[in-house]
Parts: sequence; C-alpha cells; structure tokens
Amino acid sequence: MADDTGGDLHLRDVTKSFGTFTAVDDLTLTIPQGSFFALLGPSGCGKTTTLRMIAGLEEPTVGSITLGERDITHAKPYKRPVNTVFQNYALFPHLDIYENVAFGLRRRRAKDVDKQVMEALALVELPHLARRKPGQLSGGQQQRIALARAVVNRPQVLLLDEPLGALDLKLRRQMQIELKRIQTEVGLTFVHVTHDQEEAMTMADTVAVMNNGRIEQMGAPSELYEAPSTTFVANFLGQSNLVTGRRIAADTETVTVLCHGQTLHVPVSRCGTEDVDVLLGVRPEKIHLGGEAQEVAAGLNSFAGGIVSDASFMGVSTQYLVRLPWGQDLTVFAQNRGIGEQYPVGSRVTLSWEPAHTFALAGDATAGVESDLAVPVG
Amino acid sequence: MTTTVTTPGGTAGPRAARPAPSAPALLRARRWLGRNALRIYGALAFAYLFTPIAYITVFSFNDGGRSNLVWRGFTLKNWANPCGAPEVCSAVGNSLKIGITATFIATVLGTMVAFALGRHRFRGRTATNLVLFLPMATPEVVLAASLLTLFLQLAPIGIQLGVTTIVIAHVMFCLSFVVVTVKARIAGLDPRLEQAAADLYATEWQAFRRITLPLVAPGIAGGALLAFSLSFDDFIITNFVSGNVNTFPKFVYVSAQRGIPAQAYVIGAFMFFLALTIVLVADIVRRRRAPK
Repeated sequence: MADDTGGDLHLRDVTKSFGTFTAVDDLTLTIPQGSFFALLGPSGCGKTTTLRMIAGLEEPTVGSITLGERDITHAKPYKRPVNTVFQNYALFPHLDIYENVAFGLRRRRAKDVDKQVMEALALVELPHLARRKPGQLSGGQQQRIALARAVVNRPQVLLLDEPLGALDLKLRRQMQIELKRIQTEVGLTFVHVTHDQEEAMTMADTVAVMNNGRIEQMGAPSELYEAPSTTFVANFLGQSNLVTGRRIAADTETVTVLCHGQTLHVPVSRCGTEDVDVLLGVRPEKIHLGGEAQEVAAGLNSFAGGIVSDASFMGVSTQYLVRLPWGQDLTVFAQNRGIGEQYPVGSRVTLSWEPAHTFALAGDATAGVESDLAVPVG
Repeated sequence: MTTTVTTPGGTAGPRAARPAPSAPALLRARRWLGRNALRIYGALAFAYLFTPIAYITVFSFNDGGRSNLVWRGFTLKNWANPCGAPEVCSAVGNSLKIGITATFIATVLGTMVAFALGRHRFRGRTATNLVLFLPMATPEVVLAASLLTLFLQLAPIGIQLGVTTIVIAHVMFCLSFVVVTVKARIAGLDPRLEQAAADLYATEWQAFRRITLPLVAPGIAGGALLAFSLSFDDFIITNFVSGNVNTFPKFVYVSAQRGIPAQAYVIGAFMFFLALTIVLVADIVRRRRAPK
C-alpha cells in the first residue's frame, strides 16, 4: 500500500448522528500526507467518532471522506489503506505476537511476511517477544505491538485512538518520543486522538481542538497556544487569564480596551472579536511581577494594586495567585532564575506584560476550563 | 550456692506438679482440631462424593454372576469381556449414536442462537432468552409425557418412536444448555477484536473464522460436552419416547429389577475414567501452553 503515492485525507461536511445526538457536526478537515495530526478535545467532543469514521467503523450520516482521489466514505474497513492503534490495543489474545503483527499481511497475501514482521518488531524494539502471547506482555509492550501490527501494513493513514491513555506518566513521555521517532522514520500520515493537551502539543505538527462535535481552532501548537481564537482553546490548551473589558478605541494597529479602569492595548491581529464587550487574555508565564513602587515601563499593559494571595514553589518556577482590586485572581508563573524578587503571600504587587502577548476574545470566559485549574472571573 | 539453686527449684516444683493434666490435653485437642477441621471436613465431603464411584469401580471387578450385589471375589473377566451380558453393548452403542447426533445438532443450532442473542438487538430478543430457559425449568417427566403425546400424533406421517424421536427430544433439552454456555463466552468477548480484524483487512468471514470462532471455541466445546453427557445420561424422557429401542440408562434401569450385570459397572467405571483422563490431559496441555 505504500507505493500508491496517494495524497491528503479530506473530510467534507461530515456529520454523524446517533439518534438525536450529534457526535460530529458538519466537520471539514484536510490532513496533509505525511503529517502528524492531533485531534484534541475533552471526552465526548466527537474526536473518537471522527477517527472511527476514517477507519470505516462508523458511517457518516452526511458528508464525504476522501483519501487522495479515492472516496472512502462508505468503503468497508478492510478495503481502506488505513490502520488503527486501538485505545485498549485490541491484540488478539489467542495469537502470539508474531501472528498478531502478521495478521494484516496474511489477509492481503503479502510476500516476505517473515521479513516484514521482524522489521516491524525491530522498529518497536521488541523482536525477542515474537513468540509470546499478548497476555504475557506489559502495558507498554502491548502498546508497541499494537503499533507494530498497524505500521507493518504501511497504511496511507495511521489512526491512533488515545494510544497512550493506559500508560503511566513516565512511560507515556517515553512513548511520545518513540511515536514521533517512528512517524519520522516511516513517513506515514498519523492521526492522533487525545484529550491530553501536552501530548498533542509535543507530538503533532498540526493540532485541531474539538468541542461539541466541531473544530474550535486548528493550527500549529505554538500558534494555538500563543493566539487562541476562542476562550475554549485558551482554557483547554494551557492556562489563561481572561479579564472582561470594553473596547474604547481602535486604529489600524492597536485596539484599546478599558478593563476595570485600566487602559490596555491589543494588536489588531490578536483581536478575535468585533464586539464591544471583550475578554482580554494573557498567559501566566508572560506576566511580570513587580513591587508596588516599581515603575512600569511605558507601552506595557499593567494592573496595579494586586495582592499575592497564594504562592506555590514548583521548582523551576513559582506559581502566584494575585488578587486584583475587583476580586479576580490572576495566575502568574515566575521563573526561578535567582535574579527576580520572591513575593510572599500578602505582598502588594504590580502586574505587567507586553501588549503583543495579549489576545482578545469574545464569549464565555470559563469554556474549556478543566477542573480546579479554573480561573474565576470577578 | 546449692541452696540458692534449690530454692527457686523448690518453689517451682509444686506449681508444675499441681494436678491439672486434663486442661492442657483438652487445649491441645482443641488446637489440633482448629488446625485440621478444614482438612477433615474436606476429606468427608470428598468421601461423600466419591463413594458411589469407588463402589462402581470395585464392583466392576466382582465375580458376581447375574446379580452384582454381594462381593464374591476379584476377577478381570468383566473387563476382558464388557459385552458379555446380553444387550449391554447394543444399548451403549445406541446411547453413543444418539448422544453424538443430538450433541452435533444441538451444538450447531445452539451456537447460532447464542451468536444471534449475544451480538444482535432484535424484536423478541428478551422473550427468546426467557423461552430458552423453559425446558431447563420444566419438570422432565412432564416434558417426557407431552413429547410422547406429540410423537404419537406424528405416527400417521411416518415418524415412529425410536432413535429419531429420541434424538429430537434430546436436541430439544440440550439446546438451552449449549446456548447458555456459548452465550456466556460471547458476552466476555471484546467486540473491538473483530473491529481490529476488519481494520487489518479481514473480511467478515475471515474475522469470524480467525478471531471470533477460536476465541469462542472453548465455550462451544464446553456446551457440546455438557450436551453429550446430558444426552448419554438421560433416562426419563428417553424411556417415554424410545419405543422398543434400548439405551444404556434404560438397560440399567430395566436390569436393576433382576440384578445389574457387572458389565454395566464396567461401562460406568470406564466412562468415568475416560472423562477423568480427558480433563487431566486438557489441564496438562493448558499448563504447558501457559506462561513459564
């Protein structure tokens, strides 16, 4: 299958409904050949359903899926040049590792089964386990075998359904690097479904953030992080400080926003809304903490009169919670470089940051906030 | 120096000699019982279970003549000539033939029913599940009487009481057991395995043949063994619907009134040890395949 040089994966206006529930809602997506693409979102956002439609395990209610020139919308799963690494690995328990990996090759009556299987096992560095049964392997080993079983077929697209979800943190980090290495080595298109934003950002070239069956934003990880276009993305990818404000002026380069009596600036290119009411956002590590009396350099955005309400030392950085006069807590990450001042709880501080690090959004400030990382809005 | 040594000895002496020998002995007995109660209970339970089988085995070597009720001395001639008693072997032959046929039909049908119930949602599924339990719950003698009535109605269209009617009856009561056994196995099967097979280029038939069937096979084998032992063993229904065909249980029952020949014991013991061997061999094979 590797020899059909066959192009990008297109999803056009794809909708999937289960009864009255719409799992995937009018999704249009292009995944370039050879890319490492991540579908990121909370559970129930439709990312796994999207993956299963690409694999052929679900049929779209509306829309079409094409791979290169070929329409595969209604093709049977065994007729697609697509393979899946399942969430629970789904290794065949009655077959040994060798036969598990050889399964796809044998069904397609491939030649050199032995050579290809051993190559695939070498790729995941487990050739010595060929004659074991899946039940005798650890979770991490099973994960690699599931990968080898899919990769050995050289599909045009490899689908990964939360493949690292069952592994512990250390093994997960290790497998992330491993997966990235294998993807570079074999050059296949990888579509990776995950709810772990860190995993998506470290591995993928392109990340699509999904919510309620729709794509909220798609782009390179740094692009999504630095310039989120919705509050859901701002909160789901990393942490954000979002402050309500009103647009009071705008020129060709800068939008001026009044936030709780303070005039702040946002570059027009980073302003995602035309509304008068906006949410102004800044990432916690972009904020500089200064003493109360400290002068803020001209041209910076700033909030004065903050009081440190919590300071947690985390090794490389200290995480501060700063209570602002209107009662909202902002999060600030300060690098422990040994040159700045440490601010104990109760200190009066001024927050300042570059306008270029500011972004402005419309909508609900708490969308996509995960559990206790919530930033309450006053 | 000697006085200091004897003084404590002297005070300890009377204390140890105080006459209470029964108390420690009782205590020791209680402790021994505490340690071994489970073993004794286990041994008794096994004795209870295996006494009849031991009895059959021992009396299969009895030089008992026509009535095998009193021990008259050891002989191998029953084992050397198991068909020695009139009709024993033809009855066993009938039982085997009926057992194998009924098992085959019940296993094929039952497996298909189990897959339908385990894999598909359809109208009447719950009702089917319930109806399948009915033959197990109905008193066998009632089933037997109604089957006999039914078969007698069928006489005009050429169905006579005999091997055919026995097989039909046996398939009927074996079916539920096969369905229940196979269905349990299917329920424990991860549906994602079939999806993974389809994803790896297996057609529906290949996925069934290579993945599903091998994984369900132990359940099917279990159901078949259960069906065979039920069929081979059945007396009540068989007695009603067999006409003049003789089966092994029927033979034993009829001859019990005149004295069961030792050959019946031989066959009983043989069946038991055959089953035991199969179980042991299966266990050894399983252990060999299991992880080291």
